[in-house]
Amino acid sequence: MIEIEGITKRYDATTVVDDVSMVIEPRTIVVIVGTSGSGKTTLLRMINRLVEPTAGVIRLDGADNRSLPGYELRRSIGYAIQGHGLFPHRTVAQNIATVPVLLGWDAARIKRRVDELMTLYQLDPQAFGPRYPHELSGGQQQRVGVARALAAEPNVLLMDEPFGALDPIIRNKAQEDLLAIQKRFGTTIILVTHDMEEAVHMGDKIAVMDAGKLVQYAKPAEILAKPASAFVETLVGASEKPFRLLSLGRVRDAVETGTAEGEAIPGDASQRDALAELLWSGRPALPVKGADGKPLGRVTVGGLVKRAARPA
Amino acid sequence: MTVRFDKLGVVIAAIVAYAAFAAPFATFRANRIVPGEARSILEALPAATGSPLLAVIVAAALIALLKTPLIMRLAAGVVALAALALLIGVAGSFLTPEGNTFARISPASGFWLLIFAFTLLLADVLTRLNLSPWARIGVLVVAAAAIGMLLVSGSWNSLSILKEYANRADSFWAEASKHVTLALGSLAAAVIAGLPLGILCHRVEKLRAGVLNVLNIIQTIPSIALFGLLIAPLGWVATHVPGAASLGIRGIGTAPAFVALFLYSLLPVVANTVVGLAGVPRAANDAARGMGMTERQRLFGVEFPLAFPVILTGIRIVLVQNIGLTTIAALIGGGGFGVFVFQGVGQTAMDLVLLGAVPTVALAFPAAIILDAVIEMTSTGRREAQPA
Repeated sequence: MIEIEGITKRYDATTVVDDVSMVIEPRTIVVIVGTSGSGKTTLLRMINRLVEPTAGVIRLDGADNRSLPGYELRRSIGYAIQGHGLFPHRTVAQNIATVPVLLGWDAARIKRRVDELMTLYQLDPQAFGPRYPHELSGGQQQRVGVARALAAEPNVLLMDEPFGALDPIIRNKAQEDLLAIQKRFGTTIILVTHDMEEAVHMGDKIAVMDAGKLVQYAKPAEILAKPASAFVETLVGASEKPFRLLSLGRVRDAVETGTAEGEAIPGDASQRDALAELLWSGRPALPVKGADGKPLGRVTVGGLVKRAARPA
Repeated sequence: MTVRFDKLGVVIAAIVAYAAFAAPFATFRANRIVPGEARSILEALPAATGSPLLAVIVAAALIALLKTPLIMRLAAGVVALAALALLIGVAGSFLTPEGNTFARISPASGFWLLIFAFTLLLADVLTRLNLSPWARIGVLVVAAAAIGMLLVSGSWNSLSILKEYANRADSFWAEASKHVTLALGSLAAAVIAGLPLGILCHRVEKLRAGVLNVLNIIQTIPSIALFGLLIAPLGWVATHVPGAASLGIRGIGTAPAFVALFLYSLLPVVANTVVGLAGVPRAANDAARGMGMTERQRLFGVEFPLAFPVILTGIRIVLVQNIGLTTIAALIGGGGFGVFVFQGVGQTAMDLVLLGAVPTVALAFPAAIILDAVIEMTSTGRREAQPA
């Protein structure tokens, strides 16, 4: 659990982060969204003390984050940034091993962990381990960056626009990979982005920041349904709201009894994808199948449209 | 089939044509200070070697002129240079009258131009072969060994520059060691002082402009003036600071030369350290801190290795510059190859000037090649990562 209490950061006369308090539950993903200059990155960097706050306290599992020297604290917290920040003069394997080496793990344990992470990220340790970062594609570099952040098995992972430099297709894949890995390791992730789509997709909770203040901190559905201010409303995007709301729900939750013609859609797909398919193919209903391929029923345009309406 | 010309080959062939047929190959002088008489290739060599040499040169020039395979051009350059190097020695003994120890035979403009033209051909071939750093050092070693063997074999002993050497063999090696000590010692001092200064300038922005400007100004002071300017303060130190004189610190001699060379060396070392450190990707630095490296670990593990090729480039500049500048140290009694240059100028004995100048070039040239190779070796695999 991460407790942020009354955190403020001032540079001379400018207040970058203004009295922010929030609690981040363990094993969840919290996405901090805001425009550039909103203070979201500064807030993130105060958690691992790359930036020292002017006032306020941050506690990790009850302990003040100033009870350790900064560099020791940072070794226990994963850190991944936009443009990956890989060390160009070190191989992929050496890059991933950075924190374990700093922590003084023995060579065999480091090698095991590096191989494990590379396999997890679909990079063959034999082929990719000895390569240098500039020999990899952008998507591979980003995966190595996240693998490096996770190398020492941190409980908390801080990510600053980690997918910002990726093209849309690779970004989707990277997001799915991260969600899968978060489930597997139960890591608490705090992710900074300016992309509301990403926030709604990734976040268990979303924190919206504007001009240094925490404007709203709530579950995605609530942010969409009840934006706390005009700013949040703009950020959510008025015309996108119904679709973002649908994207939060799974098809299996919108199933009605009955049958329909044509190719079935999996129950795990998002309701937004189902609506898009219905509209595009001009059909009134789609059959739905479960993970085992058995039919579950159908979804209809009317049923989905009702779900896209503003919740009461 | 059309005949196709090589662009650089046209230039080489033109130089060769002029040097072989219009310019003198060797100069004959009755003694070391009278003006010389020019001798062409056919006059300077016995008939049995003169015509074959001309044939070799013309053939090599033709190979250079036409578009020919690299390996053939390489062979042509090597054969022509070897023939020239061997036969200039033959010309020396052929032109020296029997039993005459005063006559001086030296290579003339035609010989130097031929050497230049074929070196150009070889340099072009070696560039196009795109050799690895180790291979370039290998070529250098082979060339140095060949020249060394010619020197040791005595086939050049009848040439004027080696006659000057024979008269001064002892002082030559003493000055050589002084030259190398001054050039390398001041470089080492500049690296020891310049690296920390560069790191400091990188970290403290307020210091950067000031320090670099001061070093820039020092760099613009003419070297002779700087040597002169140092006489007064170092003389004062020698007489007023106890123990300074016994360390060898005096107004003239090695101390001011060392200090001046040190000052000249600082700018390239400090400036390249600053540029190198500034070129370290921001994201890599941020990641290093974010993952829990201490300042020291970040400096030695990330910043320094990434800036190293740039810093090494600065050191290369300093090394080559110092080897050349050290010649001037002789003016204030600092020693080095400059001693022969200034003596030679004083006696209007060009051969003696060459005895100082040729070894200086012979030191600077390989130093540049070796450091270039090292820079390339340290840069491989460290190119800046492309943003994703």
